[in-house]
Amino acid sequence: MIGLEHYLTVAAALFVIGIFGLFLNRKNVIILLMSIELMLLAVNINLVAFSSFLGDLVGQVFTLFVLTVAAAEAAIGLAILVCFFRTRGTIDVEDVNVMKG
Amino acid sequence: MISSDIQTVLPEISLAVFAMLALLAGVYNGKDKTAPMMVWLTSGMFVLLAAWIGYGGEGTTTAFGGMFVNDGFARFAKVTILLSAAAVLLMSQDYMTKLGLLRFEYPLLVALSVVGMMFMVSAGDLMALYMGLELQSLALYVVASLRRDSVKSTEAGLKYFVLGALSSGLLLYGASLTYGFAGTTLFSGIIAAADGGVSLGMLFGVVFMLAGLAFKVSAAPFHMWTPDVYEGSPTPVTAFFATAPKVAAMAMFARVVHDAFGGIVGEWQQIIAFLSVLSMFLGAIAAIGQTNIKRLMAYSSIAHMGFALMGLAAGTAFGVQAMLIYMAIYVTMNIGTFAFILSMERDGRPVTNIASLNQYAKTEPLKALAVLLLMFSLAGVPPLVGFFGKFYVLRAAYDAGLAWLAVAGVVASVIGAFYYLRIVFYMYFGAEQDDPLDRGMPPVLWGFLVVTAAMMLVGIVNLFGIEPLAQAAAATLVN
Repeated sequence: MIGLEHYLTVAAALFVIGIFGLFLNRKNVIILLMSIELMLLAVNINLVAFSSFLGDLVGQVFTLFVLTVAAAEAAIGLAILVCFFRTRGTIDVEDVNVMKG
Repeated sequence: MISSDIQTVLPEISLAVFAMLALLAGVYNGKDKTAPMMVWLTSGMFVLLAAWIGYGGEGTTTAFGGMFVNDGFARFAKVTILLSAAAVLLMSQDYMTKLGLLRFEYPLLVALSVVGMMFMVSAGDLMALYMGLELQSLALYVVASLRRDSVKSTEAGLKYFVLGALSSGLLLYGASLTYGFAGTTLFSGIIAAADGGVSLGMLFGVVFMLAGLAFKVSAAPFHMWTPDVYEGSPTPVTAFFATAPKVAAMAMFARVVHDAFGGIVGEWQQIIAFLSVLSMFLGAIAAIGQTNIKRLMAYSSIAHMGFALMGLAAGTAFGVQAMLIYMAIYVTMNIGTFAFILSMERDGRPVTNIASLNQYAKTEPLKALAVLLLMFSLAGVPPLVGFFGKFYVLRAAYDAGLAWLAVAGVVASVIGAFYYLRIVFYMYFGAEQDDPLDRGMPPVLWGFLVVTAAMMLVGIVNLFGIEPLAQAAAATLVN
């Protein structure tokens, strides 16, 4: 029997993979966008699982909102990335370093 | 039913409709030629809405089943947001025109982000909070990279986007756990579910949400995007980042911890106190070595967020009042300071190097005096207005039994005074330089600089009456 905790574990694992993807990735900015998407999808699994186990529709409505926003976010991220590529000529993460903190 | 709901959100709806109509009008009529008019129209709209919200609303009304709350707290935050956004828009016009950046999208993106901020501070539900936050953030990512032919600006936009999306993800993960363990996304339901003890899952939710919120207010240790984004963005955009979004994020922070988690103050108090102390010290110490005034203002804003969080850490109505007063004062000081930074030019080109201010007082005594007042106020030197902001939050922390936090705050503000005074030192006693900054500045900037500097002095009489307003606002949030 697959219970709520199994879904939560999968979601937590995906979320952590997403965060690690953001911080360990040294190659390509596109991978950052994929990692962000992974984090949001982990949240969606959480929401749908809770919604189903609580017998409450709000979680699924929330999921739809998150999906929509994730699409808009990806569009804006890619647009900024294209501008960055035009001026810098590369999308390597290591080259995002004109300003240093 | 629905008509009274719409009545409650009418200011937000009008601004959103205005932004969309103006976008259409801009696209079909001459595009960037309409930009100066758009700037004036948008800031006029902001001021109008601020007057409407400030004078219109009374009491607390909710809409859409509690998802949207219009109370005194939201109105205070909204008026501050709208007025500061209007001021920054007016200040940006000359600078943007000179750099060929005055596109008609700019004021409209600002308007859309302000709609998002107004939703954030009025949110009564995790979904409404998330949607408001994203509307604000998505618009801000775009304006950060507004100068799309510049490496720095696009890099700032990219960094802001990646870290902003990460923080939204953290916040959202926390929201999903909170929803799961409370069984509802309504703040009123969450506070009832958390009454008398909180489950481990909910505690995780709270921690993740606080981490996401700390990113948005740029509190240490989640501050790393701030200096780069401040430095890379066009200066008017930096001025905008330093004012309205900070107020909105801080107000949203207060709303989440009090409206949703007000029953478990003990659980989040330590976290916020920790964020506060770390931000104050990091902001004070890391700013010392900076040579770029925009980076310096970034660290300064991190330190100021630490002080504002100190008010929240108190967990009392007085703490929220202190936070509101602090934010209002912070915004005023920052508008003045950025009016000056926007006017720093040499041979008609903007400079941001602090060393270029050497001997500035010799050529421009009045402006140097105004900057001196603002810097002293930012540092919290009595008897200027900035001191009273600090005084309120310190007292709130002390009254709530966080004496150690108040002491840490005093120490951090003494350390931080160093770099503000260094700017004053450069202006009055700096080394001789043969290449001074250009004289003269656009009248709008001059007006904002002088008026805010005068407010730092005149405000000590009664802080322009914001104290009772903030008190009434805080009373509607904490009860």
